[in-house]
Amino acid sequence: MTDTSEPGYVRWLLIAVALIFMGLFLVVPLIAVFSEAFSEGIGLFLQAVKEPDTLSAVKLTLLTAAISVPANVVFGVAAAWAIAKFSFRGKNLLLTLIDLPFAVSPVISGLIFVLLFGTQGVLGPWLAAHDIKIIFAVPGIVLATTFVTFPFVARELIPVMEAQGKDEEEAAISLGASGWQTFWRITLPNIKWGLLYGVILCNARAMGEFGAVSVVSGHIRGMTNTLPLHVEILYNEYQFVAAFAAATLLAVLALVTLVLKSLIEWKTEGQQRENEALPEIIREASA
Amino acid sequence: MGKRMKSKGILPGFGLTIGYTLVYLSLLVLIPLSILFLQTASMTWEQFWLTVTDQRVLASFQVSFLTAFFAACMNAVFGVLVAWVLVRYHFPGKRFIDGIVDLPFALPTAVAGIALASIYSENGWIGQLFAAWGMKIAYTPVGIFVALTFIGLPFVVRTVQPVLQDWDRQVEEAAATLGASRLQTFLRVILPHLLPAILTGFALAFARALGEYGSVVFISGNMPFQTEIVPLLIMTKLEQFDYTGATAIASIMLVASFFMLLVINFFQWKTNKLDAAR
Repeated sequence: MTDTSEPGYVRWLLIAVALIFMGLFLVVPLIAVFSEAFSEGIGLFLQAVKEPDTLSAVKLTLLTAAISVPANVVFGVAAAWAIAKFSFRGKNLLLTLIDLPFAVSPVISGLIFVLLFGTQGVLGPWLAAHDIKIIFAVPGIVLATTFVTFPFVARELIPVMEAQGKDEEEAAISLGASGWQTFWRITLPNIKWGLLYGVILCNARAMGEFGAVSVVSGHIRGMTNTLPLHVEILYNEYQFVAAFAAATLLAVLALVTLVLKSLIEWKTEGQQRENEALPEIIREASA
Repeated sequence: MGKRMKSKGILPGFGLTIGYTLVYLSLLVLIPLSILFLQTASMTWEQFWLTVTDQRVLASFQVSFLTAFFAACMNAVFGVLVAWVLVRYHFPGKRFIDGIVDLPFALPTAVAGIALASIYSENGWIGQLFAAWGMKIAYTPVGIFVALTFIGLPFVVRTVQPVLQDWDRQVEEAAATLGASRLQTFLRVILPHLLPAILTGFALAFARALGEYGSVVFISGNMPFQTEIVPLLIMTKLEQFDYTGATAIASIMLVASFFMLLVINFFQWKTNKLDAAR
């Protein structure tokens, strides 16, 4: 056996440098959020969290996520079904187009909706005539958030569904199941972990989006302020404890997201190992 | 209609799902994005040229590209190190470190922004250490670099990690048997194999950093000509109701992003090809 590992001191040096880097850039900022929020005691923290403007920001954030996440789930499932179960021309182009919102700067993601629906926008005069407000109002915030979180669910589901293949669904159909029955009873149980993974990431981004929402919101307190925007306003008014108190709510959301994400990863890794352990003959028989 | 072509198989729902996908994609993404280019096209060439070659605009492009580039370089080096340590070594707290790599994806950018600004300001935890040496981090380009390094941290780690995991260690044994030192083996055998993945991660981090807004605005100080990034300048123009200016600058940024997307696809294709060749 030839040794293919480094001497002990090199190993520990590399680990130490990596940990210091991770500590400085990731752990310290995370600790700073909580430490600043509680710097004047828990009383002030609670007071800041219970403030009506903060609560209405939380409500708007939840409302936005409650609309844009399901919208992107329906799209993600439809797109994954079409792309993973069928072959057609232009599939790669479609995949690239689905990824587009990830490549666009958040500020530009907001700008395009201002250009469409703003007072000087393409549809601006028509909207004004019908007294519909999109920009500087809740619909604009929902639209921008949906745009920014657009690819998450589809991107998680497409590889999962492709790996599943279509044998099971075809078997169900040829045994007389309807399309919907096949989807609910066969496909959905197979993709549930991938779907949940996508939903969690999509939700984290939807609740935390700042740049795009900032462009379309108009920052009206208690009306069009999401939680991240509220953090900015408080910070710019030098209300640091209040700003960091609101920020802890988002930081907890991030931590919960990371924990759930890791749990799903371990779970699906375990399943993969079980599947690989299946004797070849069983897999051939089921094919 | 009996449109069951042999390539389509017996599964139903293709028409419904592809139709819904295309309509939703067009309404939410393609049409809004194309408006940006239509608006840009409606400007005269002179108008467009004067807007984007304005000194302040050029300065912001320089700040954005340079800080994004250096942050992506930083992430390339440390990303490989973190991926290496996570794949090869065992140490206490490894699972925690592996999980927290994705923090920049999960933590809202505004939260990251205010946290970094408070740590790196002159009397912040880390800022005061540098202030003792007469160095300022927050409200300088270095502050922007710090924020962009934070935001791009997961990309290189997560692209290199799986490649390193699948790597066949027999190749290393062969190199060692032939008399190569560990460093030689790493630099001449392992690193070339990792290169496409590193470049993919680098490009992803760079593209993300170019457009980043939330984590930067708090720590950058936002001084025109010095610490003003392009997304912030677009925001400023919008607040002054200068839609033409904002649109012109945004269209250049968008073209740069699309170019990065092509580069990323190319590197990803190369990574997959290397995998398939093994």
